[in-house]
Amino acid sequence: MNLFNLVWLELGQRKSQLLSGMLAIVLGISVIVAIRSVSIVSETAVAINLDNLGANILVLPQGASIDNYYSADIDSPTIPEEYVTRIVNSTIPGVDNLMPRLSRRVEIYGTNLVLSGILPKNELASKPLWQSSGLFGAELEAACGDNPINESHGYEDEKLQRKAIDSLKLTDCLLGASAARRLKVNEGDVLTINDFELQVAKVLSETGTVDDDRVFVHLHKAQQVLGIPDQVSAIEIMGCCNAISDGLLGKLRNILPDTRITTIGQIVSTQVKTNQLMSRISIVMLIIIIIIGGISIGNYMWANVNERKKEIGIMRMIGFPRTAIYRTLIYKAIILGISGGVLGFVAGITIAWFIGPLIAGVNINPIPELLGWAVFISVLISIVGSLFPAHLASKFEPFSNMQDT
Amino acid sequence: MRTIISTDKLSKIYQHRDGIVNALQDISLSINQGDFVTITGPSGSGKSTLLMALCGLIKPSGGTICFFDKDLTRASDQELSRFRQDHVGFIMQNFSLIPYMTALQNTMFPLILNGYEKQDQINRAISALKVVGLNNRLNHFPRELSAGQQQRVAIARAMVNKPSLIFADEPTGNLDPALAFDILNILKSINQVEAITIIIVTHSMDAAEYGNVKIRLNDGTVVNIESVL
Ligand SMILES: Nc1ncnc2c1ncn2[C@@H]1O[C@H](COP(=O)(O)OP(=O)(O)OP(=O)(O)O)[C@@H](O)[C@H]1O
Ligand SMILES: [Mg+2]
Repeated sequence: MNLFNLVWLELGQRKSQLLSGMLAIVLGISVIVAIRSVSIVSETAVAINLDNLGANILVLPQGASIDNYYSADIDSPTIPEEYVTRIVNSTIPGVDNLMPRLSRRVEIYGTNLVLSGILPKNELASKPLWQSSGLFGAELEAACGDNPINESHGYEDEKLQRKAIDSLKLTDCLLGASAARRLKVNEGDVLTINDFELQVAKVLSETGTVDDDRVFVHLHKAQQVLGIPDQVSAIEIMGCCNAISDGLLGKLRNILPDTRITTIGQIVSTQVKTNQLMSRISIVMLIIIIIIGGISIGNYMWANVNERKKEIGIMRMIGFPRTAIYRTLIYKAIILGISGGVLGFVAGITIAWFIGPLIAGVNINPIPELLGWAVFISVLISIVGSLFPAHLASKFEPFSNMQDT
Repeated sequence: MRTIISTDKLSKIYQHRDGIVNALQDISLSINQGDFVTITGPSGSGKSTLLMALCGLIKPSGGTICFFDKDLTRASDQELSRFRQDHVGFIMQNFSLIPYMTALQNTMFPLILNGYEKQDQINRAISALKVVGLNNRLNHFPRELSAGQQQRVAIARAMVNKPSLIFADEPTGNLDPALAFDILNILKSINQVEAITIIIVTHSMDAAEYGNVKIRLNDGTVVNIESVL
């Protein structure tokens, strides 16, 4: 037996008291871990999107909310697919590439994912009308000049792979990396979505963006599967930077009056604000937790120490110096802190795992550094909360409490 | 015979909100190695206070206590704890076992701080339990033992560190006469076989008869010391 065994043995007593004393810390840590997990993932995704897509224009239905970049085109009404043709016919300069899409939340085999209908490049290009407008012609590219933003138009960047999809059969689908993981399917498997069978043509590699949780199908297939014919939920336009500053947005608004037209940069900056708000909330939460958690652990320790006065007297009697009494209580605080941190982390990750896809459209994987932080903070709170009770316990005089049974 | 523990003009004053209590006044005693000392006296005469002071659990208000040549009244908490760890065993009226530890764990409890190997701790605890005849109850919790057995575990715990002194505060106070007799006999044999000095506080005249030194206290002072050779 050693001091550690002793603490361990004692912890096994009065379990319910122990659990209620730890509740505040576990709850608090779990909330922080959940918020942080979601916002870290969301921050990375936003950064990736901002880098790659900042200059892109998004044509959304009038009622669309742009508070959340991830759900901007998922939860809003739709606009007619015909608008694509309208833009093409308008011959507005600076419109480089058009990507109509229809995105909706779907449940596949009990997993919540987003189904995105997109038009592969070859079909856009093969439409005589669009071709004649020089949509992919040298003309427009020249109009954009050497703007660095446009350099990514080659779509060599993996993160933009869905934009580089040259062809997509009506019977095929593409899966984002995490969607494939969650559905446990591989390339070549057949997926059934709303009674439609689709073959998984490719599993896209991890991008760190919302695309990872999406299932891509042909736009017209998506309209069929979702029962929304001839409609799209957003049209993404690869605009040239200089064209945007020349009032491209205004010109588009003129020909599409009942839509909401914005740059992805704007939407993403809204998301950045949301993320900043979340980090501020987590700091406030942290302070509250430090106070409440510390008090509740301190309270538990104090009650525990008082209940164990006689035991502490025995310890003094058999030769425990005050410092050893103090040490056993601090060991105990450390054990409570570590378990509180680990439990809080597990609970937080579980919460994030459920709410991540719902509130931010991202899937959460456990972030190991957060475990370190959770344990560190929890141990710190626990020790600080226990210092005073431990100090008083080490001052207990055996005489006054040894005689009464 | 060498003097193992002695006091000189020892006094203890408790500060109480109703005034001060002179629990011990001018106590001067000298106890030899191997003695079996009994302390008697009316309730409130300061017997427990004296015992606690002798092992350094309470700080005297005046006078000195010496363990061999060492002045305990000047020792730090660390030193006093060390003294109890190495040289003192303590037995109380209410058994004072830890309820969630088995007989074996309770017995080895004092060895926690000595840095013995686990197996060594167990061996020492088992041989102490053997002395009190409880080596067949190692894994029993206090609630699974009779009152007399609990007190025997307390004795095993008091002697597990091979102390030079065992203090017992009314060790038989809670036991019926037959069991009390058992316990006193065990203490007597520890005193004789292991040559451990034993100092017990008791109310019972029968128990007092076990002592070769009999001290009587009244109102915090020694009224009589009787030594039998
Ligand atoms: N913590 C304390 N504060 C104030 N007075 C105390 C305290 N402890 C003991 N006393 C007083 O000191 C005196 C001696 O008490 P002590 O417990 O030593 O008596 P005792 O001889 O052991 O009595 P008993 O036979 O009833 O156990 C008593 O008058 C008691 O009221
Ligand atoms: Mg007493």
